[in-house]
Amino acid sequence: MKHCRIFTPKTLVAALSSAVAVAILGFSNHSFAAGKLEKEDLKFGFIKLTDMAPLAVAAEKGFFEEEGLFVQLEAQANWKVVMDRVVNGELDGSHMLAPAPLAASVGFGTKADIVVPFSMGFNGNAITISNDIWKQMKPNIPTEGGKLVRPVKADALKPVIDKYKAEGKPFNMAMTFPAGSHNVKLRYWLAAGGINPGFYSPPQDISGQINAEAMLSVTPPPQMPATLESGTIFGYCVGEPWNQQAVFKGIGVPVITDEELWKDTPEKVFGVTQAWADKYPNTYLAVTKALIRAAIWLDADNNKNRKEAIEMLSQKQYVGADVEVLAASMNGTFEYEKGDKRALPDFNTFFRHGASYPSYSSAVWYLTQLRRWGMVNEYKPDNWYLETAKKVYRADIYLAAAKELVAEGKAKAEDFPADTGIKPSQNFFIDKIPFDANKPNDYLAKFPIGLKGKQTVSGGKIVD
Amino acid sequence: MTNKLIKFFNITGLTWFVPLVKIAAGENPAKQLRQLWLIMGVPIIAFVLFLGFWSVTAARINTSLGAIPGPVAVWSEVDGLVAEHFAEKTKMAEFYQRQELRNKEKLAEDPKTEIKQRPYTGKPTYLDQIFTSLRTVFAGFIVATLFAVPLGILCGMSPVLNTAFNPLIQIFKPVSPLAWLPIVTLVVSAVYVTTDDSWFAKSFVTSAITVTLCSLWPTLINTAVGVSSIDRDLVNVGKVLRLDWMTQIKRIILPSALPYIFTGMRLSLGVGWMVLIAAEMLAQNPGLGKFVWDEFQNGSSNSLSRIMVAVFTIGIIGFILDRVMHSLQNLFSFQKI
Repeated sequence: MKHCRIFTPKTLVAALSSAVAVAILGFSNHSFAAGKLEKEDLKFGFIKLTDMAPLAVAAEKGFFEEEGLFVQLEAQANWKVVMDRVVNGELDGSHMLAPAPLAASVGFGTKADIVVPFSMGFNGNAITISNDIWKQMKPNIPTEGGKLVRPVKADALKPVIDKYKAEGKPFNMAMTFPAGSHNVKLRYWLAAGGINPGFYSPPQDISGQINAEAMLSVTPPPQMPATLESGTIFGYCVGEPWNQQAVFKGIGVPVITDEELWKDTPEKVFGVTQAWADKYPNTYLAVTKALIRAAIWLDADNNKNRKEAIEMLSQKQYVGADVEVLAASMNGTFEYEKGDKRALPDFNTFFRHGASYPSYSSAVWYLTQLRRWGMVNEYKPDNWYLETAKKVYRADIYLAAAKELVAEGKAKAEDFPADTGIKPSQNFFIDKIPFDANKPNDYLAKFPIGLKGKQTVSGGKIVD
Repeated sequence: MTNKLIKFFNITGLTWFVPLVKIAAGENPAKQLRQLWLIMGVPIIAFVLFLGFWSVTAARINTSLGAIPGPVAVWSEVDGLVAEHFAEKTKMAEFYQRQELRNKEKLAEDPKTEIKQRPYTGKPTYLDQIFTSLRTVFAGFIVATLFAVPLGILCGMSPVLNTAFNPLIQIFKPVSPLAWLPIVTLVVSAVYVTTDDSWFAKSFVTSAITVTLCSLWPTLINTAVGVSSIDRDLVNVGKVLRLDWMTQIKRIILPSALPYIFTGMRLSLGVGWMVLIAAEMLAQNPGLGKFVWDEFQNGSSNSLSRIMVAVFTIGIIGFILDRVMHSLQNLFSFQKI
């Protein structure tokens, strides 16, 4: 049963009287702007990371209620549980990693049809390295005027990894989920520095460590600081508050944020199953509208609402971390090391620069990265990428919701991106390799490390 | 009156109060006081020493989540949790008020509209989570008992069946709940189709079934042993009177084996309660297990204290459950207490 509350006598009487009234007067429909909602009691899942903020804001500020929705938010144990529960219907929808619905549609991991009408924001991650390794990396990083030149490239890490390889010791790092943004971004950063992060060979070998110089494995975010401290791993890529936690506890150093890796990178999305979306189209639209309003509120007036958002998120049922830790990353600055605080107003972007728009080019980029590491273990023609993206990322629902919000006066038309599902060629990556969503295979060919063309991984090695 | 009270205390296992009753009755106060000291005073002193040991060592260990909290920090968290419970109740009241208002407006606007009363969508509070855990453990335990007792009786009555089932029982007995959980989750997802009006959520069913799978073994084994060790004379009486199967079971076997059955059930409940917490963490049933896991994920500076409150809650509830079963066991046993 859905979480049932005991009705007070007062509400029972009210229910009884309204039921009688309805029985006497007959039924009739009360239509909302979006058409009558098919389902009003919803349960959404999330993982305790700061970018679940739009969900919390929509619930706490009443945006869901104003759309006629009664939403229960429930924290989930890990990303796999999230995917399983959305697929089997226990959750109506959830906060998800941006590439997870794409991987599900391709069949890497659980095969499922998930659709995404809303991106929960840009950026919000960082890669944290243990103090030991950071000490060894520092001499390799150029300085300017006494301060380290940022962004820090993985080139500084390569000599350290080579040393470990020479000594025969494995270099372990952690991320949150194989088909996840943290895994993909960590691999991108490592490969840009000339370090091979390993390949996948589904369905036999999905450890992702074939030919790896750095061994990446899954660790739940709350255990990352502890395993970093104990020396089981030397670095991890995860969302907040776990990077700032490492700084606060003095056990690690965030070396680079994903905003410096690739400006305005899509990070998390809100996903529901295709079947759910087909069954409840009006509800689907109403949910998207509420989320968009939440995103607008979060970025309103130069982040003026962030303080309130931080208080909201620090409640136990949402992210639960201490207010200072959350404020360290959500309030316009980011602390790289104790004492090295830099201004980073876009570390968490929820609505600015089209952050809530589920653009096809983000989806295509993630698909190229899934292909790059072997999670898609065969050649796919260029149009496959765009078609898969269009199947999963539903920019049409987003734009329909935006149109209604503008008509209701709750948003301004200029704030929404024009219907450009494909962004023009982007050149904001750390390794300066330009990305053109129309030519994914050419893009893949430009990487020195990664599968290209018709290569596959089989029998433990790359085969042409 | 005194005797009745004493008997009551002995049955329920609250033997600490017996000397107090005897003192009130005027029975040899010196001896009773010494009894009291032994039964109550010593454990209390031991507990106080434990608290002292805890606060000293806690301050010395520093984890990445801060220092381990001492007894004082943990106690203040209890206040915090109770306060949160009441705050949530206030929010719930406000939610229903808003709903009332909205429904009134809708009716005023258009008397023919269909209005609904929706349950509150806020988070479950700590007390709610405790009750969810209790409900789940009892659901799992009852199913386990319904399975184990008949099967145990069969195994006890027939040596052939006993030999047949024994290997299976021995193999499945040591399996940990965390190993059962993925299988149970998949099976429940496939077989149990929930709609909006289903009585039980999938997570509840998964947790309850995992509790059943892990806790039915003690009851099963103890029932089998109890049934097979019935006094031969009683069995012969049944043969002489040519009683049929059903009457035999009802009149001879069950009453005889009842003490063993209850011992088994007591062990099962203990195991079930332990298993439940682990199962809830992954099955996401909104109970104490999920509370602990969520607090761990929060990683805030008071997370560890809250987890310790949960540890003590789990322990105290487990203790109470055990006491209840112990009392029931004593009620049904024929031994002099």
